[in-house]
Amino acid sequence: MSKTVHIGCGAGFMGDRFDASLPILKSMETRDGPKYLMFEVLAERTLAAAQNLRRDDPDKGYSPYLDHYIRPALARAKALGVTIVSNMGAANPNGAARRVLDIAREFELDDISVATLTGDDLTEIIPTSEIAAMPTMEGIGFEGRPIVAANAYLGARQVAEAIATGADVVLVGRTTDSALALGPLIHEFDWADDDWDRLAQGTVAGHLLECGGQITGCYFADPGFKDVPGLSSAGFPIAECRADGTFTVTKPEYTGGLVNRQTVTEQLLYEMHDPAAYLVPDVILDCSDLQATETAQNRVEITGAKGRPAPETLKCTISVDGGWLGEAFMTYSGPNALARADLAGSIVRERLAAHGMNEPVRIETLGTGATLDGGNAAKRAGRVLPTDGEYTIRVATQSVSREQAQMVVDEMMMLYCSGPAAGGGHRGSVTSQIATASVLIPRERIEPHVKVELFS
Amino acid sequence: MTALHLPLHAVAHGRAGDKGDTSNVSVIAYRPQAWPHLLEQVTPERVLGIFAHLGATACRRYELPNLHALNFVIENALQGGVNATLGLDRHGKTLSYLLLGELMIDVPRDAVPDTSPYLTE
Repeated sequence: MSKTVHIGCGAGFMGDRFDASLPILKSMETRDGPKYLMFEVLAERTLAAAQNLRRDDPDKGYSPYLDHYIRPALARAKALGVTIVSNMGAANPNGAARRVLDIAREFELDDISVATLTGDDLTEIIPTSEIAAMPTMEGIGFEGRPIVAANAYLGARQVAEAIATGADVVLVGRTTDSALALGPLIHEFDWADDDWDRLAQGTVAGHLLECGGQITGCYFADPGFKDVPGLSSAGFPIAECRADGTFTVTKPEYTGGLVNRQTVTEQLLYEMHDPAAYLVPDVILDCSDLQATETAQNRVEITGAKGRPAPETLKCTISVDGGWLGEAFMTYSGPNALARADLAGSIVRERLAAHGMNEPVRIETLGTGATLDGGNAAKRAGRVLPTDGEYTIRVATQSVSREQAQMVVDEMMMLYCSGPAAGGGHRGSVTSQIATASVLIPRERIEPHVKVELFS
Repeated sequence: MTALHLPLHAVAHGRAGDKGDTSNVSVIAYRPQAWPHLLEQVTPERVLGIFAHLGATACRRYELPNLHALNFVIENALQGGVNATLGLDRHGKTLSYLLLGELMIDVPRDAVPDTSPYLTE
């Protein structure tokens, strides 16, 4: 009988639960076959922030959360033969590898090896002037702003090459998220470059795993409609993958959460556009005939994904300086709270205008449907809202000028003594922003620069 | 059978995702009996109408009959997207419930889960 490859996902974004890998590793104790633990922690803007960190300190620029995920998992994973695969490398996979080896020495694990994958950083391959002139999709134009980061999404084939070194930990920078699962599958099952249907199934496995608990009942519960048991201890997902590409999604024993057709379908379509044409570097995925079958409690088998030949270009994310976001809140409660909150908003609007604020300012009253109305109070029109209750006034602006952004926070603070009666709970912040856009680049320009290195 | 006039939330669930200034919202039937009614009544035109006040300019609908799921791709729904919007919810994660709450649908009772709070209200 052919082997089953077990892939768990211990994190689905950079701030995900630090302890989610522990039940996965516990479950791996009783599983036979190759075992992997992936951590997906790298959003587009996270990578740009990491690039800034590396600029300040050449040893840094890997995920600031690396220690949070690696320290609890490293020794157990090594003992169980579970290979860790993660994009914690961010802007500096080799720096991340050195940090993992430091942790290993601290734990007196003297035989840990770490493989890295680099070559996704476009600024090392293509002149920035040429990058800045490229036509963009999915985002802003660059408008002459300095480029903070430019990275290509590498595919699973390269992740498989890094795994083939036999390393205990594989650290990458920018790859497609799903490659963290498809890479192990290509390595274990030796799937050919043009084995499109199996590559498609492996891409679905990665896509379903990459957001961690979002397929095991997290980010799903709607009490009375979609009830999920034990959310505070929800198990993160494990995929049991077979050589023919089919796989079963489940979660560790004795954990909370839920895996069923509903959780799988929500995650399948998450951030997907045309389900018949989902592009990754290794294949074009077609989910039209995909089947999700509940085979037992908390077990869903996935079959039927189809693949077409891989795209000629790789998607690349370009990040530029996005100026400053100033944002502040003040809250009004009890009788006539809505009128007092609305009055606070109009006071701030008048004062900002008097100070010569020349950026667009959003002023909205939370509690009135503000997150759904686009800032134009469209959802309030024709509705009678309770005047008593609890309402929060929120003001936000974005500017290249830090002073303009700060003005919003200051004016909201001044409501403490000069606003309507009984405003409380002021919060405000000014944070630097990254703006991103995507470009497509022929893969031949990038793939020859991809490099695998082994550290021990 | 008498038709019930209910928010989409009574018969379907979904999740919103973002790419740039484009939002995608899935709409998944709780029960197979709801599926033909979703196909007939949850049209891209109606969905675009729900997002029009945000500045949305186009809506495409994709169908996955095996999963009783629709996927709506709504352009310019995110007020510039995560990097540019002045909104609180920069990713538009709350927008799935805008659609589920505002789009009304006529369905037979057996399209609604037996345990649905809508049946006891």
